[in-house]
Amino acid sequence: MTPSLNRIYAMFLRYLYLHQRSLPRNLEIIFWPVMDLMVWGFVTLYLQQITSSAVGGIVVFLIGAMIFWDILYRAQQTISIPFMEDQWARNTLNLLISPLRFWEWMTAMICYGVVKITVIVAVLAVLAWQFYHYSIGSLGFSFMPMVVNLLLFGWALGIFTTGLLLFWGHTAEALIWGIPFLVQPLSAVFYPVSVLPVWLQPVSRMLPSTYIFEGMRGVIQNGTLDATLVWSAFGLNLIYLSLAGFSLRWMLSKARQAGRLSRLGSD
Amino acid sequence: MSNSDYGRMEPVIELQDLCKRYNGTEALKNLSFQLKKGEILGLLGPNGAGKTTAIHIILGLLTPTSGEVKVFGLSPIQHRFQLLPRLNFSSAYVNLPYNLTAVQNLELYARLYNVKDAKRKIKELLEVFQISHLGRRRSGFLSSGEQTRLNLCKAFLNDPELLLLDEPTASLDPDMADLVKRVILKVQKERGIAILYTSHNMTEVEMVCDRILFIHHGEKKAEGTAAEVIQRFKTENLEQVFIRIARSGDLLA
Repeated sequence: MTPSLNRIYAMFLRYLYLHQRSLPRNLEIIFWPVMDLMVWGFVTLYLQQITSSAVGGIVVFLIGAMIFWDILYRAQQTISIPFMEDQWARNTLNLLISPLRFWEWMTAMICYGVVKITVIVAVLAVLAWQFYHYSIGSLGFSFMPMVVNLLLFGWALGIFTTGLLLFWGHTAEALIWGIPFLVQPLSAVFYPVSVLPVWLQPVSRMLPSTYIFEGMRGVIQNGTLDATLVWSAFGLNLIYLSLAGFSLRWMLSKARQAGRLSRLGSD
Repeated sequence: MSNSDYGRMEPVIELQDLCKRYNGTEALKNLSFQLKKGEILGLLGPNGAGKTTAIHIILGLLTPTSGEVKVFGLSPIQHRFQLLPRLNFSSAYVNLPYNLTAVQNLELYARLYNVKDAKRKIKELLEVFQISHLGRRRSGFLSSGEQTRLNLCKAFLNDPELLLLDEPTASLDPDMADLVKRVILKVQKERGIAILYTSHNMTEVEMVCDRILFIHHGEKKAEGTAAEVIQRFKTENLEQVFIRIARSGDLLA
């Protein structure tokens, strides 16, 4: 194994070890997604009971949207939270003075995130099928390009929010939890973009997630995925990932100048 | 080794007129010093004197406002990844992940530092610091003294040529502090490691350090062997020098 791969593997293991003998951490993986699924699932069942069959058909969007939103949200969290874990453990300084490169650190977090998200999606898919007869497989091959785009955008947000943690330390923690929810209403997760006020729609179209949620609704309605939506999301993701990388680099350099880097975990 | 021997050696650390200002406060004012190969330099001063700032600049965690810092002749900011495998750091205020066992923590850092024959090395260090029996225990369940010894195992893991120890015995009882000092001295003599050492225990400093440097309000106040500094300040011991500098540092400049 090359030294670089060895370091990525070391950090990947470090984050997997978070789950050893830790029931709260293991429960946390599925607790919130399952709670969300229950709420949205029961809302869906209720709407099916009280509305016409046409509206009842539309509400299956909600479960799909909820699962897709969770993928995006968890992708962001699986980068920022492991970083915070090291701050809480007062271990960040040890890592910053080791030969670990920042990109290796991020890669390890992404690998850990993929494992965690796979578990979450598998659990949600089984529960959605069992309780609401909703099959994630109904999206067919469209599922993968949509998920990849959601992961990329979640990682871009995660890299950006990790930069905020470097820049502001513990005080930025509230933003780590809050920033995805700033993106949620603009991404048209549970409704089409056309529902948004006209002046907000161009802002919504600047987010890759909007194209994916629009695409998902298209697949459920027509059975086909508009490739233009996937490529638009992918192009925007490349831009956001580059911007996130630059912002992280800039915030790291500013934190180094201001002495915030050396106070990480103790502020 | 005498002072003249050290004088002939290449400096491992070289600080030249180093200044660091943040938020209108001058943390370091024209600080200059050298640390030579195989030497233990005690960096001393009251709380807030600028010791940690200097250490963090050497580690590349902080950029100086002005002045020059070289580690093995290279800038710790520009040549960061060339330098980091050659040094290590331990502080009483920095921990290892608490949910990992002692051995898992050392395995993690062995991979990060690309240590060859890591299992043997880890076993050896746990024995040296007398914590072999705690290998399977999670770090969070170790006493502060045991955690300190585990941190020191991590610090010696990559056979560093330069070691920065920030109050390494701060949370140890006298027996363990003595053991740790002896281990540090033994390993340092065997491998010729350069060590920058901070401590508030002046007896320990006299025992461990070849040379000391007092700083206060970011400025150098005294430099030399413990005997030379005691003589210059006309006191009986290093602790009295420390108290004089801490209480009237500005008058001594």
